[in-house]
Amino acid sequence: MKKSLSIMLVIVLVISLFSACNRKNNNNEPTGQSSNENITIRFLNFKPEVADIYNDIAKTYKDETGVTLIVETAASGNYEQTLTAKMGTNEAPTLFQINGPKGYANWKNYCADLSETQLYKHLNDKSLAIVSDGKVYGIPYVVEGYGIIYNKEITDKYFNLDNKATEYESMDEIKSYDALKSIVEDMQKNAEKLGIKGVFASTSLKTGEDWRWQTHLANIPVYYEFEDKNTDLSSDDTKTIEFKYSENFKKIFDLYINNSVTDKKKLGSKIVDESMAEFALGQCAMVQNGNWAWSQIKGVKGNVVKAENIKYLPIYMGLEKEENQGLCIGTENFFAINSKSSKEEQKAAEDFMYWLFLSEKGKKYVTEELELIAPFDTFSEDELPQDPLAQEVIRWMNNESVTTIPWNFTIFPSATFKADFGAALLQYAQGTKNWDEVKKIFTDRWASESK
Amino acid sequence: MEKNIKKYFPIFVLPTFISFTVVFLIPFVMGIILSFTEFTTVESAMWVGLENYLKAFTQDDNFLNALWFTVKFTIVSVITINICAFFLATLLTKALKGTAFFRTIFFMPNLIGGIVLGYIWNLLINSILGIFGVDITYSADYGFWGLVFLMNWQLIGYMMVIYIAGIQNIPGELYEAAKIDGASGISTLKNITIPMVMPSVTICMFLTITNSFKLFDQNLALTGGAPARETAMLALDIYNTFYGRIGWQGVGQAKAVVFFLIVAIIAFLQLKITGRKEVEN
Repeated sequence: MKKSLSIMLVIVLVISLFSACNRKNNNNEPTGQSSNENITIRFLNFKPEVADIYNDIAKTYKDETGVTLIVETAASGNYEQTLTAKMGTNEAPTLFQINGPKGYANWKNYCADLSETQLYKHLNDKSLAIVSDGKVYGIPYVVEGYGIIYNKEITDKYFNLDNKATEYESMDEIKSYDALKSIVEDMQKNAEKLGIKGVFASTSLKTGEDWRWQTHLANIPVYYEFEDKNTDLSSDDTKTIEFKYSENFKKIFDLYINNSVTDKKKLGSKIVDESMAEFALGQCAMVQNGNWAWSQIKGVKGNVVKAENIKYLPIYMGLEKEENQGLCIGTENFFAINSKSSKEEQKAAEDFMYWLFLSEKGKKYVTEELELIAPFDTFSEDELPQDPLAQEVIRWMNNESVTTIPWNFTIFPSATFKADFGAALLQYAQGTKNWDEVKKIFTDRWASESK
Repeated sequence: MEKNIKKYFPIFVLPTFISFTVVFLIPFVMGIILSFTEFTTVESAMWVGLENYLKAFTQDDNFLNALWFTVKFTIVSVITINICAFFLATLLTKALKGTAFFRTIFFMPNLIGGIVLGYIWNLLINSILGIFGVDITYSADYGFWGLVFLMNWQLIGYMMVIYIAGIQNIPGELYEAAKIDGASGISTLKNITIPMVMPSVTICMFLTITNSFKLFDQNLALTGGAPARETAMLALDIYNTFYGRIGWQGVGQAKAVVFFLIVAIIAFLQLKITGRKEVEN
């Protein structure tokens, strides 16, 4: 009698424990009421700064179609970690992002074939998509560009200086590294007169904040090297690299660190936010970054840079025919659909992607709130984001006389490679490593991480 | 009474046992299994045997560097923390004014989270090094001593409280007897205080060794491993391996298992050794 009582008690305890867990789970799911109430898709968002907008989109989408869209957002710089953690659970995202061929290699068991989707059919430039064995696994949903952002107000001030030592009259004449170098160095001499602390914003080299150099800047020499060798980027030929244009990389990097707001020995604690704040506060005239930086510049308190004065200059590093070089334009944001989700969910995710980039409401969110330059033919000329940097990217993109440099850094071997190269750049700036050692780290780590 | 306890034993233990199994035992065993596989997520694991362990020791020079750095850090910080904490404890158990106030102050750093501490000390240290035109990422030595200093600042207060409790437990008669026998301050310390606080020493050593070995947040926030990876400790190195390299998750897991074994063995040995020195009150 007593024994059975104790067993019953145990069972009750266990059940209550589990039901407590269950109840908690149920609370997480918004209750659906309309016709599509059973379908729930999960989207793992990449950018924390637009999390609210996506939640808004989810609400609108729910009202229109009845499909529940749960948006989860990974903390800044933690996308891969969050994705890894979520993928194994039964709350795995249906719609997620991969960052290029390397991201696809990591997640290939989870990427569904998207070649038949409507969205892919509307993609302007099919070569941007991630294709493997003739099947499409990632659709880019934005194009972004980066280069040297400059504040025209300050450069104009320089061109009007009485004692300027160069013959240039406007930034439009700056079409090579030598021209850039001569005005930068002269501007640095006249920093006080121009009211700036340095020409370039701090070269942020703190661990994890150095992607503008170890990834973005390194893209250019890598692009030219593979271009020279006619390398097929999807082949194994990318497993080794000479870093043939390392001297050119050094030239521009030296220019950045020697003419900067911050002394080069103290760059190891600078972060991207600080660089952007320096630019926004008018403490410097130039900063290398992409068009996503507009929201950062805009968000700085006491910002003095006027939208109409923000312009782009390609990153010149003394390469041949660089007067025809454009900005670096591409993307590392690709939509992928989880192949392990149910067929209905996969279909629902496809429909959502299509809705976002085709319907009037969806497009409005894309251009006005997310401020994305969407690479789909459903967007007309006047449906492009209005922020100054995006406008500049579009201007450079449409400039027939220059060649746009694609984002080849998506084939960089691994995050470890980038981190090690970034660390070497910092040591070079601090003077504890010479350039040959940096170059060696670049080529060695490229090879060892490509295995 | 005892019979009843025995009878109802399963009822009382079961809930805890279940949660222990679910949140601790199962993940732990899975973690060990995963270290023998290649995986992206838990579901997609493929058995590769000992390959991950081999890779961790042969192909990855960071791991041994990180291990050596961690060992150095642990030795230095365990010694400094315990000496400082013991010294403070002896001071603050004297009949002085304001001891309660000082105990609170010294304990307070322990209430601040590791990441916050790391960033605060990063700013402080950089502003001092800034006078010499460099920052903490300039040399691995700066990072090392920065970490030691931070760890001391954070843990001294906590260890001090444990030592204070130990010292206060020593019966006053012992000191009285020593005084009558004409013992000097130093020999009182050596022959009475230290042997009598050995249980506290055991605890403090255990806490400082394991905390120093497992240090992660502070390391991440203070140096992030810079310059290069020279100041990355084991936990940070494991994290970097796991997330920084495609296809290396299994190696990260293997490192984590090795890490666990090292911490467990050291902690076990230390408990044995200091435990032997404890005296009965």
